[in-house]
Amino acid sequence: MILSGRPPRGRTLQALVIAVTLALALAPFLFPGVKPLNVAAKVCVYALLGASYDLLLGYAGMVSFAHVMFFGVGSYGVGLALYGLGPSWGAVALGLAAGLAVSTLLALAIGLFSLRVQAIFFTMVTLAVSYAFNVLASQLDWLTGGEDGRSFRVPEILQPGFRLIDREAFGVALGGRQVSYYLVLVGCVVVFLALLRIVNSPFGRVLEAIRENPFRAEALGYRIVFHRTLATCLAAAGATFAGALNALWLRYVGPDTALAGSIQIATLVVVVIGGMGTLYGAILGAALFVVAQNYLQTLLGAVSTAAGDAGLPLLPGLFHPDRWLLWLGLLFILAVYFAPAGLVGALSREDDTTP
Amino acid sequence: MSLDDFGAALPRPKPDFVPALTPLVVALVVAPFIGSASSFVTLTAAGLAMGMMIFTMASGLTLVFGMMDVLNFGHGAFISLGAYVATLVLLPLAHWAQVDSWPLDLALLALALAAAVVVCGLFGLIFERLVVVPVYGQHLKQILATIGGSIVAEQLLYALFGPDQIALAPPASFRGAFVLGDAAIEKYRVVATVVGLVVFVGLTLALNRTRIGLLIRAGVQDREMVEALGYRIDRLFVGVFMAGASLAGVGGVLWALYREQVHASMGGELLVLCFIVIIVGGLGSVGGCFISAILVGLIDNYAGFLAPKLAIVANILLMVVVLLWRPRGLYPVGGR
Repeated sequence: MILSGRPPRGRTLQALVIAVTLALALAPFLFPGVKPLNVAAKVCVYALLGASYDLLLGYAGMVSFAHVMFFGVGSYGVGLALYGLGPSWGAVALGLAAGLAVSTLLALAIGLFSLRVQAIFFTMVTLAVSYAFNVLASQLDWLTGGEDGRSFRVPEILQPGFRLIDREAFGVALGGRQVSYYLVLVGCVVVFLALLRIVNSPFGRVLEAIRENPFRAEALGYRIVFHRTLATCLAAAGATFAGALNALWLRYVGPDTALAGSIQIATLVVVVIGGMGTLYGAILGAALFVVAQNYLQTLLGAVSTAAGDAGLPLLPGLFHPDRWLLWLGLLFILAVYFAPAGLVGALSREDDTTP
Repeated sequence: MSLDDFGAALPRPKPDFVPALTPLVVALVVAPFIGSASSFVTLTAAGLAMGMMIFTMASGLTLVFGMMDVLNFGHGAFISLGAYVATLVLLPLAHWAQVDSWPLDLALLALALAAAVVVCGLFGLIFERLVVVPVYGQHLKQILATIGGSIVAEQLLYALFGPDQIALAPPASFRGAFVLGDAAIEKYRVVATVVGLVVFVGLTLALNRTRIGLLIRAGVQDREMVEALGYRIDRLFVGVFMAGASLAGVGGVLWALYREQVHASMGGELLVLCFIVIIVGGLGSVGGCFISAILVGLIDNYAGFLAPKLAIVANILLMVVVLLWRPRGLYPVGGR
């Protein structure tokens, strides 16, 4: 595939990746309506968030808890710029640039401080820093709007009332929502391709070498701290883009949509279930996750009510729709044990000729 | 050189007192900014109590990591579990807790702590067998599996105990404060400090005066060497993991009575502080964990008084400063 020396292997896998991508590309026409478009935009954002996380988790072999923080920095950057400066593209650019600068500096600081001794420090430090960032974001309410967040106006062409052309195209009115969706989609595709280019560059190979055997990589002359820190910064930039696009789509930024711990868990689940170290996995993982999130809750609700009617103890609580993370968590553990290569690994096994 | 010296053991390593003095330094530096002496005493007592509670939670985490390189992200769930066990024991006995009698209330606390030790130890065993064992030696998978385990455990707690906070009042005689001149020191904080100190002394004695403690310390220093000498360190590790879970439970009980409420998300929040503590203290070091827990407790309370919104940021700054000074923590262990 484009920009990559390593296309996805296996017919089913190729077909699936192409199908998901096509479905996303044509989503406004295939699935008209407000909710399906929301789901499609969420898949795009999670695919990018997952792909940038995969750079760390799958390629560099590092677990970060701060990925949602960088996502939040991007969201708040664009959101607060539009809130403060009014709806203009200049504000979007300024917010994105500020978000990228803050993210990169934070990632650089975290990387330089925590990667000097042991990679495990990195995981703990990212957890602490992102927790502190969450507390700050909700405490500094004069800036961030606290728990309520900020709603803001987006540039005119992205507003729902805007009409791109007066006629309908393929039976769908082309309005601001559709333009916004394509902005999100194109943004995600561009950054995804950039990430693909990065992991298939010599730099990406060195990351894999460090993941497999840090001592050997160091003995060969690669500076581990430099490579790992750079990977952290690049992944942070990717998450910042995802956050900025998400804020533009939602026209709102707040702790629930930009910084919640459940987003971090979702990112982990997307990457692990999709397949670590493939990038494509994130697309499949995101599609599966967002769809599951939307329909699993309905299913759980039905089971919970049924169990409640049958008078069974405990089960209604376990199957309560709010407990969907429980089932996702179980799936996550099982994926870690039995399918570490995720969906991509399971699907590309069939005609796996090259090692 | 006298003859005795030849038979004597290796020269003892020089004890390193500088890091142990850091809490004192922090207290002295901050004192002028606090303003009144009475507030300073109150805050320091509160910081010590918080430090002791965090130490109780973090000590197990640091030993478990030291021995098997297992960083247990599920540790927070045991803290929450301990707190819920406390509600199970103390809420039905609430009428006893109303009586203002020290022996009775101490017995109640002891009962709650014992229950937490047993329950958390058992669940620690289950967690270790189900979640940790299948991925021994695979670093990345271990982290991911314990993260998954912590998600599932937290959600199970929600499912079992409901999503709402449970109020938990401390027994009658622990309420109120001792008054020293102008300074008021809450009684419960003294109780928590004493329990934490007992845990520290007990742990230190167990590690330094018993054969199992010797093996644990040796395992933390160099696991492979202990294995090469014929000890089944994986069995020893199960015990340490269970003890760590029990200690987390004890910390959870203490913290729940301190905050007077219980919620399944408290474990995750406290785990952040635990991580800061074990990084600052030096991974695997119980003494370092003790000192850094006091540091974190003091700084949290001082910062909470001076700039309420910045308490957690202050502790991150502490971590940064310590890592700049000693990149492997205050008391580095072995080759880490």
